[in-house]
Order: sequence, then C-alpha cells, then structure tokens
Amino acid sequence: MADHNKEVDKVTGVETTGHEWDGLKELNNPLPKWWLYMFYASIVWSIGYWVLMPSWPLISSYTTGMLGTSQRAEATAEYAAAQTARAKTGEQLVEASLEEIQTTPKLLEYAMAQGKVAFGDNCAPCHGVAATGAIGYPNLQDDAWIWGGSLDDIAYTINYGIRSGNDDERYAEMSAFGRDEILSEEEIDQVSNYVAKLAGLQPEEGVDLSAGKVVYEDNCAACHGDDARGMRDTGAPDLTAPNYLFGRSLDAIKAQVNAPRHGVMPAWVDRLDPATVKSLAVYVHALGGGE
Amino acid sequence: MKTDAKSIAEPEDDSWFASDAKVYPMAVKGTFRRIKWAILFITLGIYYFLPFVRWDRGPNFPDQAVLVDFDRARAYFFFIEIWPQEVYYLTGLLIIAAIGLFLMNAVAGRLWCGYLCPQTVWTDLFLKIEHWTEGDRRKRIALDKQPWTTEKIARKGAKHFLWLMVAWWTGGAWVLYFADAPTLVKDLATLQAPLAAYVWIGILTFTTYSLAGFMREQVCTYMCPWPRIQAALTDEYALNVSYRYDRGEPRMHLKEAKKKEAVGEAAGDCIDCNQCVWVCPTGVDIRDGSQLGCIQCGLCIDACNTIMDKVDKPRGLIGYDTDDNMNRRERGDAPVYRIIRPRTIVYTLIIAGIGFIMLYALLGREMSGLTVVHDRNPLYVNLREGAVRNGYTIRLYNRHKQPEEFQLSLAGMPEGSRLQVVGVESQASSTVNVEVEADTTREIRVLVFSPKGSNLPSSSPMDFVLHDPQSGETTTISDFFRTGN
Repeated sequence: MADHNKEVDKVTGVETTGHEWDGLKELNNPLPKWWLYMFYASIVWSIGYWVLMPSWPLISSYTTGMLGTSQRAEATAEYAAAQTARAKTGEQLVEASLEEIQTTPKLLEYAMAQGKVAFGDNCAPCHGVAATGAIGYPNLQDDAWIWGGSLDDIAYTINYGIRSGNDDERYAEMSAFGRDEILSEEEIDQVSNYVAKLAGLQPEEGVDLSAGKVVYEDNCAACHGDDARGMRDTGAPDLTAPNYLFGRSLDAIKAQVNAPRHGVMPAWVDRLDPATVKSLAVYVHALGGGE
Repeated sequence: MKTDAKSIAEPEDDSWFASDAKVYPMAVKGTFRRIKWAILFITLGIYYFLPFVRWDRGPNFPDQAVLVDFDRARAYFFFIEIWPQEVYYLTGLLIIAAIGLFLMNAVAGRLWCGYLCPQTVWTDLFLKIEHWTEGDRRKRIALDKQPWTTEKIARKGAKHFLWLMVAWWTGGAWVLYFADAPTLVKDLATLQAPLAAYVWIGILTFTTYSLAGFMREQVCTYMCPWPRIQAALTDEYALNVSYRYDRGEPRMHLKEAKKKEAVGEAAGDCIDCNQCVWVCPTGVDIRDGSQLGCIQCGLCIDACNTIMDKVDKPRGLIGYDTDDNMNRRERGDAPVYRIIRPRTIVYTLIIAGIGFIMLYALLGREMSGLTVVHDRNPLYVNLREGAVRNGYTIRLYNRHKQPEEFQLSLAGMPEGSRLQVVGVESQASSTVNVEVEADTTREIRVLVFSPKGSNLPSSSPMDFVLHDPQSGETTTISDFFRTGN
C-alpha cells in the first residue's frame, strides 16, 4: 500500500485506499485530529498511571505504584472516619437516658434512623420488616407485651434476651399439661375452649365451659392471672389479646396447652454496642406499641 | 465552496475541500460597537461583582445577596429564599428565558447571539485583548505569517497571559456564587479552599480560554443549536441585520461606479470595499443574505456607515430591516414595520402569564406547612381493647427565622380519637404542640388511635391540621385512617 503512488480524490482532497468497486473508490479519511490527540494524551496518561498507581498483576501480588493507593485501605479509612463521625452522637446516646433520647428531637431523629437500620439488620428476620411478628415471633407493633413495653423493658429484653442462656435472661416455661400428664385430655379440651372463649373465638359445642373455668383457675391463673390478662413477672401472655404468639385458633390453643412451644430471643448485649441497643429500644417503642 | 457546474464537470480543477479559515476580525467604531461595549460592561460587571453584594438576613443567616448554599440546601436571591423542593421556580425562569429568546427573535432576530450571549461577550473581550497585544487585522495576519521572533513571542505571550487571567477570573467568579465570597477569596488565596473550588475554577478557566480564545465563531456555527432553531422560528417581519441589495447592487468600485453613472448606467451604492466582511467576528459576508454564521451583532452596520459617510452616500446600506420590506421596496411600496403582530403578542402574554404565576406563588408562600406519609406496613394495628392505631410520618416545615411551636391536630375522626407524637408530651389528646427549629424541617412520628369499639370502615378520610400561631396560618392535609374491617 505504502509504496504505490498515493491517489488523492480531487473532489474531497482526501487520499484513497486504492480499493475500487465499479468506479467507486474508498476514501482514506484520517482520524479526526481531536480524537488522535486525545488518544496520544491517553497513552501519556497511562504511563504516568502505571508508575503512580497499582496496575500490573504479578504472579502472587501486583505493582503497587509510587502513591501506594489501595481501595481497601481507603474503604477502611472511610469506615473509620464514619465511625468517628458517629461516635459523638453515639456517646450522647450512651450518656442520655432512654426518655431523654425520646424527648430530645436531635437524638430521637438519630436513634430512629439508627434503630431502623439496626432493626432491619438484626431483628427483621424473626419479627418481620414491619415488626408485625409471625407465628412464634411476637408482634412488636401492638400493645400486648409479654415482658413489658416500656423503654427500659424493651431495652432489657434486647440486651439479655428471653431463654437466651444469658445470666440475666428473661425466663419462663409453661408446663406441658398434656405430654407430662398433668391434665387429662378432657380437661385440656375444657380449658382450651374456655380460653378460646376469652380470646373471642367460638368454643366447640357440648364442651363444659364451667369445668374449663375450674381447670383454668386451678392450673393457669397463677401465671396468666385470674382475668387472663397475663402477668409480666412470670412472662405469661395476655390470653385476651388480639394477637396470639403461637396462633389464634382453638387447635393452636389445644396444642399449646398439651405441649407448649417456647421461642428464644437472643441476648444482644455482647453483639451490639450500647448506643445501637438504645436506638433499637427507642425505635421499637416508637412504632406505636410502647408504653 | 464552489458548486457551479464547471467544478462538478471537471473536478480536477480544484478541490471541494476547504479547511476552516482563521477569522481576523477588524476593529470598528460606531453605534452598535458602543452598544456592545455597554452591554459587555454591564453583564460582565454583574457576573464578576454580584457575589460581593451583601444583603442582611439577620444573625445565623448568610449575608450574601446571591448565593446557592449546598450545605444548608438553600438558594438565596436578595429577599427570596428558595428551598430544594421549590426548584420549579427554576423551571419557570427557564420557560421565561426560552420564550424571551423567541420574543427577541420575533422582534429583531438574533439579539441574544449578537449582544447578550456569553460566547459573544467573552469573545469580544478576548478580541479586544488580541487587538491590544497584537494590533488590528492586518498586523495580526502579518504577525501570524512571520517567523518566530522575540517580538512575536512577547506579543503572543502577553495575549495568552491576559486571556488566561480573564479566563481564570471567570472561573473564580463562578465558584463565589456557591460560598461566602469574601471568605472564599481569602481561602483560595491561602490555599485553604475546598478542592471542588479549585477544580471548578480549573474547568471554567479551560472552557473560557478555549471557547473565547480559539473556538469563537465555530461555537456559533457548529456547536450551538440556537441558530438552527432560530432559522425555523423566524418570519418575514422580523428585523434582521440585512444588506439592502435593492440599493447596493450592482456593486462595483467607486471609480467604476462614477464612470457608469456618468454615462447613465445603473450602479449600486456598494463599493465592494469588503469592510463589512473584515469586521465580522464570524467571518461571513452579510451581502450573501441571512445565514447561519451571522450572529447579527451589527458591527457590519457600523463599518458600512463609516464608509458611506466617507463616500457621501446615505447611511443604512446595511441595517436592521425585514425581508418583507426588501420585497416591498423592490415593488416600489413604502416599508412597513410590524413589531406588534400575533406572535410577539402571544410570546409577551406567555412571559407575562408565567411571570404572574411565579410571582403569585412566591408571594403566597406559607411560612409553615406539613407533608404526611401514612405507614405502608402495617397499614393498621389492632389493639387489645378493640381500638385501632394508624402510624404516620409527618414532616413539618418552619420558614420563620426563629424556632416556632406549631399546633398539630386531627379533623374528621370520631369523638374520642387520640393523637400522639412520639417524643412529645401532650396534655390534650386531640392537639399536640410541636416545636420546629428556625428555617428548617422536622420529621415526627405520629400515632392516631380510633376510640374503642368505633368500628370504622376499612378506609375513612381524615385531616391533619397544622396551626402556626406566629403567622396565623392553618394548613390542612388530607389522609386516611385504615382498619381491618
């Protein structure tokens, strides 16, 4: 190509490639100047980049460059900077009482934001993203609290858990009235129907509810209370509440009386820092059910 | 570009290809030149010095008259303060600007391009610097042709130095609109300013230097969309810088014209001196008629009038005129100027309408208000005694320059309903007093409880009412109360 005579197209003033199809010749238009200069500038830039920045992969490492830049180190530094930035408000949260956090708009705003994120990360898998709970996992939106719904109660439950194995755990266990043969099958039917009626459910026909009431008073009232509204000291749920922990139906009640299930809430005191626990308590309280 | 039959038939005669020829605009004196200088001084004066104008807004508020404050998320323009959610004022301004451009075009063509466009104004300033350092058109052409000498280096060096100074100051003035100007100037000088400030000054120095120094008329002919749009929007009644060919043709040199006139033959007033071409900043020949490259700056009018005075002919061979009038004169009719016609009336009405709406909205802005978002999950919560609770996220805003206590209350809910704001103690069950800091917003979580046994339908409309005792304003936002029924 290079050694034959260059042919210049008269009309455009541009050299041709020498290719011809039926009299049509292909123009060899040069690259636009601005494009070419950008290309050269990129080459120059890349050489500087190789020298200054990490670039070439080696067998077991890579060239680190004179500036020693590392995205991992940058991310770590940014994370540390974010922690430092948060530390100031975090300290205020630790120092303030839960009530003070709730009544100080700046701290409340911060705690709500932090609590929402921490709830999503740690609590939502069991209690649900909206804290509405599920079978076996309490609903934190309503006003029925097994262990208490004040700020301090909630913070205590988060810190030490329920049946968590922590020394300061909240602990309660319901007797297995059927499995351990404390009550007969008939008595279990009677008391379950009685409780179902308290919960606003339709009892089975032909079951002696007054006998059920006697069974309740002898076996259940000690923990759940004479009025069946539950007792927080014993961790016994309110049996008249709209939300039942293990299902609100006659069958579910029978199953629970026969051989109760017990959930576990982990202790977070060793897993979350005090500021986060406080934020979580304020957040859960603010969902609406807090006392 | 030659497109006559000969060159197509015999392409070897010459090439159709033409590189861009460098334009060497000649200096000119006259009315339009003076107008352009005045506009240059006013517009650049505003641009460079406006950031230093002070405006007292009281303690804890910036005292810069025009300021876009990203930290506070506020824009200040003298007595006006704009919040981020009010960017629609910018939309209104842009609509007014666009219709304003159309109106200018309907009245007198490319008024914007010729007098007001930053590209034109800065190019004018750069040309003046070029004129100071390298001399006028002939000298500059000669200077470019001559080999590099000490004088050429000195002249070119001085020009580029001054250009860069202007460009740098242009970028510098820009960043002053985004921070307290005197403080930023000090920080810039002591290298304490944020990196973004230096980067933006760098970018705008580069664009000013390259666009006004080198790109010049190429910006107008190749980069700018307005000449294309303008050509589609114009009509025969718009005033344009026009060569009155009916008077100028046939053009010929003065001596030739005198000979022709002596024997009673026709000779036009144009003596073909080329002054109009040489003064043109975009290098076009106005005698070819209205064209894309013509920014209608009027400098050719000044140049031609100077020559017409010298040759004792009436001024105005090149002047502001309409296509319609050219045709009229050719037919022997008197020229007619129709500034007021449907399109100018419509454009004016649109501008006035948008301006009125904006002013109305601005003057009617409330000092306080609220937005309400109902909880999406859960929509409602059943409580133990049969009551139902709904949760809302409410944002209150306070435009007052001091903290205010607003009264939030419910309307449209049955008797016995309760309103609770998380973190706010309240004696009354239906009204809660909420304090909001000065010139800011506050987000609150609001709980509404229906009375026990009220048995509301699945969705019932209700209102949140916010009362601002300071201004006496009451804002009502409608929402819904949901139940599981």
